[in-house]
Amino acid sequence: MESLTNTIQSVPLNHYILLSTIIFSIGVTGVLIRRNAIVIFMSVELMLNAVNLLLTAFSVYRGDASGQVFVFFIMALAAAEVAVGLAIIVMIYRNTNSVDINVLNRLKW
Amino acid sequence: MNTLIIISVLPIVLLYLGLYKATKSLLPVTIIGLLAALGFAIAQWNNVALPIYHGMMMFDNFSIAFSGITIITTILILMLSGGYFEKISKHTAEYYAIILFSLAGIIVMVSFYNLVMLFIGIEIMSVSLYILAGIKKNDFSSNEAALKYFLMGAFSTGFLLFGITLLYGTTGSFGLEAIRDWVIAHPHIDPMFYTGIGLIIVGLCFKVGAAPFHFWTPDVYEGSPTLITAFMSTVVKTAGFAAFLRLFSACFAPLSDFWVPILLGITIVTLFIGNITALYQQSFKRMLAFSSISHAGYLLFAIVALGSGSANSVFVYATAYSIASIIAFGSLILVQQQNGSDNFESFNGLAKNNPFLAFVLTVAMLSLAGIPLTAGFMGKFFMFSGALAKYHVWLVIIAVVNAIIAIFYYFRVIIAMYFRSADRAEVLVPAYYKIVFGFSALVTILIGIYPDFIARFI
Repeated sequence: MESLTNTIQSVPLNHYILLSTIIFSIGVTGVLIRRNAIVIFMSVELMLNAVNLLLTAFSVYRGDASGQVFVFFIMALAAAEVAVGLAIIVMIYRNTNSVDINVLNRLKW
Repeated sequence: MNTLIIISVLPIVLLYLGLYKATKSLLPVTIIGLLAALGFAIAQWNNVALPIYHGMMMFDNFSIAFSGITIITTILILMLSGGYFEKISKHTAEYYAIILFSLAGIIVMVSFYNLVMLFIGIEIMSVSLYILAGIKKNDFSSNEAALKYFLMGAFSTGFLLFGITLLYGTTGSFGLEAIRDWVIAHPHIDPMFYTGIGLIIVGLCFKVGAAPFHFWTPDVYEGSPTLITAFMSTVVKTAGFAAFLRLFSACFAPLSDFWVPILLGITIVTLFIGNITALYQQSFKRMLAFSSISHAGYLLFAIVALGSGSANSVFVYATAYSIASIIAFGSLILVQQQNGSDNFESFNGLAKNNPFLAFVLTVAMLSLAGIPLTAGFMGKFFMFSGALAKYHVWLVIIAVVNAIIAIFYYFRVIIAMYFRSADRAEVLVPAYYKIVFGFSALVTILIGIYPDFIARFI
C-alpha cells in the first residue's frame, strides 16, 4: 500500500487533473454529438469514471480515505443507473426497433 | 431520522402487499405511513439539531419544514391516484413503492450535511423518476420521456460530481461545515474551487429545470403520465430548490461576489424563456411545463438574494406553487379522461356543467399568476421583497414584466372555461378528487388572506 501511494504520488497532481478533465470532456462531447442511445450512455459512464479517477488521485494526495469511499458510492449508484437505463433502452427498442435517438421526435425536442 | 426510516421501509411493505394481491389496502397503508412519517418529522420541530451519522445529515427546522411540505404534497398527489394506475397495469403496488422510494431520496436531499449525501439523495430520487416517467410501457411518448429524462439526468449528474470532486480537491473534505470553514479561512481562493462551484451550479440547474439547461423539461413533462408530471413539477422541484439553497447558504455565502452574477443571468433567461414560450402553447400540459420553468426562475430569486429570509421565501413559494399545480394537474387528468385531449379547447364550457371544478381551477390559475388574495401572490411578494432588500431593482422590474406576461396564458384557460361554450357532458369528479381540490383551494386562499401563520415559519 505504501509503495502504491508513492507510485501514484510520483506523478504530479496537475497531470491527474488534466487527464480527468480530458476524459470528462470526451464524455461530454460524446453525449452531445452521438446519436445512438447506447453510445451516449457509454459517454456518460466515461464522465463518471473521469470523476472517479480524479477523486482517487485527490484522495491519495491528501491521505484521506473519504474520497475513495465516495468512489464506491458513485460506482454503486452508476450500476443502479445502468440497470434502469438499459431497461428503458430495451423498452424503446421493442417499440421502435431502433436505438437511434433521432426517432425520438414525437415530442418537440 | 425516523421519518426517513419510515419512508424507506414503507415501500417494502407495499411491495409485499402487492405480492399478496391486497390492492385495496395499498392507498390507505401508504397514506397512514406517510402521516406517521409527517408526525415524527413535526415532533422534532425546534429540537436542538445536531449532525447525525458522523456529520452526514442534519434534521434542523429547514429540513423538517421541507420534508413536511414534500410529504403533504405527495399525500395529495397519491389521493388523486385512485383508479389511475389500474388503467396502466395490474401491478399497482410497484408504482406506489417507487414514488415512495423517490420521496426517501428527497428527504435525504433536504437534510444532507455532506456532499456525499447530496449526491446519493439526488440519485435515489432521479433513478426512481426515470422509471416513473416510463411506466406506460406501450405509449411511445412515455417511452421517449423516460429516455430523455434518463440521458439528461445522468449527464447532469456527471457535472454535479465533477464539481463536488473539485471542491474536495481544494478543501479536502465533503462536509458542509469543513468546506465553509475552509472558505472563511482562505480569503484567496483557488481557481479550481470556483470551477467546482460553476459545475455544481450547472448540475443543479439541470435538475431544477432552469434555462439554459431547461430543454428536457417540456418534453419530459408532456410525455410522462400526468400524475407523474404532477409529482415531478411539485415535489421534485421543491426538493431541488431546498437542496440548492441549503448548499449555497451553508457553504458558499461568503463567495457571493462570484456566483451571484452567474445566477442572476440564469434567473433572467429562465423567466423570459419560460414565460414567452408558454404563450405559444396549444396544449395545457405543455403550458404547465413551461410555466414550471418560469416558476423555477422566481424560486431562484431566493438564492440570488441569499439572506436569512431566503429559506422562508422558498418555503412559501414552493407551498403555493405545489398546491396550485396539484389542482391544475388533477383537473387536467379528469378532462383528459373525458376528452382524450389536453388542449385548451378541451376546457371549453367547463363552468356550465362543473362549477366546482371550474372554480377551483380558477383559484389555482390565479394563484399561479400571482393575483392578490391567493397564496401565489404572497410567494411572489416574499421573493420580490427579498430581492429588493439586496438592491436587485432591475431584477424585480423584469420579474414584474414577466408576471404580467404570465397572466395572459393562465387566463386563457379561465376564459375557455367560462366564456367559450361547447357541447359537453358533465365531468365526473370522484370524491377523493373533491377532497384534494377543496383542501388545496382552501389553503391557497387562506395563505393569501392570512399569510402570518406561514410567514415566519423557518
